[in-house]
Amino acid sequence: MTIAAPRRFTGGRRIDISQLIVWAIGGILLAIVLLGSILTLRAGHYTAAQWRDFVVFGIAQGAIYALIALGYTMVYGVLRMINFAHGEVFMSGAMTTFFLADYLNRSGFLKAHPWISLVAMLLFSGLVSMTVAVLVERIAYRPLRGAPRLVPLITAVGASFFLQYTFRGLFGSGVRAYPAIPVLQGKLWVFQKTQVAVFIGVLITLALLVLFLQRTRAGLAIRAVAEDREAAALMGVDVDRAIVTTFAVGGFMAGIAGVLYALVFVQVQFFMGFLPGIKAFTAAVLGGIGNLPGAAVGGLVLGVIESIGPSLFFDGYGIRAAHQLKDVIAFTILVLILIFRPTGLLGERLGGEERV
Amino acid sequence: MIVRAARRAIFIGLVAGIAGWHLSLVGLIPAFAQRRLVGDTLTFSYALLIALLALAAFATGRRYPGAAQRIPWGVLSALVSSLMLFLLALLVTHLNLRQILLNATPELARVLTFGGGASGAGLVRLLLIGLLAGLFAGGLSALPRPWGRVIVSAALMTLLLGLLRDVLGPLLPRVVTSFLYGTAGLSLAGAVVTFLLATVLFTLRWSLRANAVTARATAAVPATVRQPVIQALLLLILASVPLWAGLFLSNVADFVGFYILMGLGLNLVLGFAGLLDLGYVAFFAVGAYTMAVLTSPEVGQRFTLDFWVALPIAVVTTVLAGLLVGLPVLRMRGDYLAIATLGFGEIVRLLVLSDWLKPYLGGAQGVTRIARPSIASWRIDSPQEFYLLVLISCLFAWFLSVRLRDSRLGRSWFAIREDEHVAQAMGINRVTAKLSAFAIGASFGGLSGALFASLVGSVVPASFSLLVSINVVALLVLGGMGSLPGVVVGALALVGLPELLREFQEYRLLVYGIVLIAMMLFRPAGLLPERIHRRELEEAVEEAREIAPAEIATGRG
Repeated sequence: MTIAAPRRFTGGRRIDISQLIVWAIGGILLAIVLLGSILTLRAGHYTAAQWRDFVVFGIAQGAIYALIALGYTMVYGVLRMINFAHGEVFMSGAMTTFFLADYLNRSGFLKAHPWISLVAMLLFSGLVSMTVAVLVERIAYRPLRGAPRLVPLITAVGASFFLQYTFRGLFGSGVRAYPAIPVLQGKLWVFQKTQVAVFIGVLITLALLVLFLQRTRAGLAIRAVAEDREAAALMGVDVDRAIVTTFAVGGFMAGIAGVLYALVFVQVQFFMGFLPGIKAFTAAVLGGIGNLPGAAVGGLVLGVIESIGPSLFFDGYGIRAAHQLKDVIAFTILVLILIFRPTGLLGERLGGEERV
Repeated sequence: MIVRAARRAIFIGLVAGIAGWHLSLVGLIPAFAQRRLVGDTLTFSYALLIALLALAAFATGRRYPGAAQRIPWGVLSALVSSLMLFLLALLVTHLNLRQILLNATPELARVLTFGGGASGAGLVRLLLIGLLAGLFAGGLSALPRPWGRVIVSAALMTLLLGLLRDVLGPLLPRVVTSFLYGTAGLSLAGAVVTFLLATVLFTLRWSLRANAVTARATAAVPATVRQPVIQALLLLILASVPLWAGLFLSNVADFVGFYILMGLGLNLVLGFAGLLDLGYVAFFAVGAYTMAVLTSPEVGQRFTLDFWVALPIAVVTTVLAGLLVGLPVLRMRGDYLAIATLGFGEIVRLLVLSDWLKPYLGGAQGVTRIARPSIASWRIDSPQEFYLLVLISCLFAWFLSVRLRDSRLGRSWFAIREDEHVAQAMGINRVTAKLSAFAIGASFGGLSGALFASLVGSVVPASFSLLVSINVVALLVLGGMGSLPGVVVGALALVGLPELLREFQEYRLLVYGIVLIAMMLFRPAGLLPERIHRRELEEAVEEAREIAPAEIATGRG
């Protein structure tokens, strides 16, 4: 908002003791990570091929994070709020599409027409997630626009739990395994075919998103609202509609991400949205929230760090079962980014005035 | 006009119908089909369905001034909802959806149609009940002012008594129990008597409150005398719980106590200072694990401390943890703060769970053989005895909260909650104020965790998931953020009640989600709102409604 003065007396030029302590903690963490990496590399437990596999896997995973992160970033861009329930939007598509995939598999259609099935699954999942996202906006966010910041945050947490346990109630708490898609089995040079498919899927979706935002009137409306909501309203942009479109597009991409996630990790269950949701949020913040290329970059960076991190950082210390610390790394990155560079790697394009 | 009213009524009926579909397919309705409340016919599921229909009728009718409009439109809504329910029953019986939807069973169809099944008989039954519910709701809302509320409260009270049969039955004198309760739930006579008694009570309460004579009578006794007397009475009742409550109830009371402690702690952070901490479970975990590591012979250095030595250490450790979390998040804005604290909470849980720290913290199996406290030769062992310890801790935390609220520090928290920049401009030290909120708030959580570890005797990482944090936030939201009595009410409703209703456990988090959204939509200040906070929220909402957006930007953001 446009309060002119506050930044002057909150601005961080004056260094106090609390800042020093925080920086010291950051320094120690960095030293631990560097030392660990050096020790690991010197010990040489892993071959170059293994590192390459880590990176490839990280990229595939990061691409999925990027797709989800775009939903966070777009909503943040237009509403300046974090849609906590976005992870559950992602889950709802993946969970529901399981039944379509299962049906296609049992009827033999999946084997006969794998590409058509895949596209059908992606579209179906996208539509389900889109519906959920729009409903969440309509019920939990729109009536509370203009309320104190804490209020939509709490409804978002509520919506998140509501969705999780609704899906648990509807479909049960068990883990479901997606059927294998025959054409995506095996390897293409050094890559798994699923990883390649995921990466291509993400690229196509991103291209479509950019086209949508740059070339359509609805995209223009979204960009206008993100830039300045009041001015856009005065220029005749239907703000409510632009916001709904944003949720719909973000939800659709989350749904696509859900199916792609299921291709890589196979298993889905009602709680699956939580971790990817948080990580995608981390990716969005890492790249600079409100910044679309930032979300893509953030997703890839996070995916790769998470994939090579446990081995690279901790193996050198001889820590047992370092892979268990994968999520610790993701959360630590999240916290560190929020502390040291809340504007992200590429800068916070849309919400520049009200940082920190 | 009529077309619009009809469309509105049908729309609300459809929405209520969809809510009914949701509750049915999620499993809430079928799960309670065996839970009888009154006599042999009224089960909890039926009560839920009827309440849904009545709510639809009420929501439609409240727009209109007189009974002449309220009742017909309300009935229309209720009938539409009934039709929706019947449609679901039809779908469930004639399509095999069980492969996908777990709860789409023939049993569900039977419950939905009140036993009639998906046939003509079922339809007639449903429509009849819809009609009655609509008439009832419309009629109630048309009654003069206190009566509608009195009757609804009395009916709810009766249902609650029926629901708590297994809990209350053993506590009441034999004669009363055998009169009130049947084989399951209230007996018919018991229900009638309860309802009448409750009606009289609620009427009395209302008329006493509105009565000038009673107002003068209470004014005659000065507050300085009245308040301590009431407080002493309350204290006496609270302290006597272990005497009349059995093992099960005492256990539940202990758990409610743990959550009250945590609620009071988070209240300082979220309610007073307005900082949404979604990782509050971290402090609970730190307290519990400190207690575990210090007193259990299983892990770490193989030394054990006495409970009374470990307790203060656990609290001090959590204060340090609070500072550690508070320092980095000092400069974060609301939503980032929430996510960062959530991150801290998860980091703590993941570290505790990891094999890496297993020699020190027990890994996935956790730590057992945690010490119980003893005073001289008296070992505090049973939940009943433990309750006293929990009660004393809660009272202490309550006392601290009250004193803090009225202190200079408390005022500066309120100021920060309302507007951080302005507070700072007024000379409030943001660093000290926020850090002290985190540190003191954390200490309550740590105390709660330490007591929890000692009572249960073991700690496992699974007890410290994000759900605990959400639980605490939800109970604060329900009771009213910043309101101390609200914490108690919230804990009783969201922790105590689910513990008493076993079938409910599975749907607990679903209900939390609904509570969080519904409270923010309809009653953002909570059930027992704190004075200042309510005013603030009302102002904010009014401003948002009345003033043009541009003006908000230059006013208070």
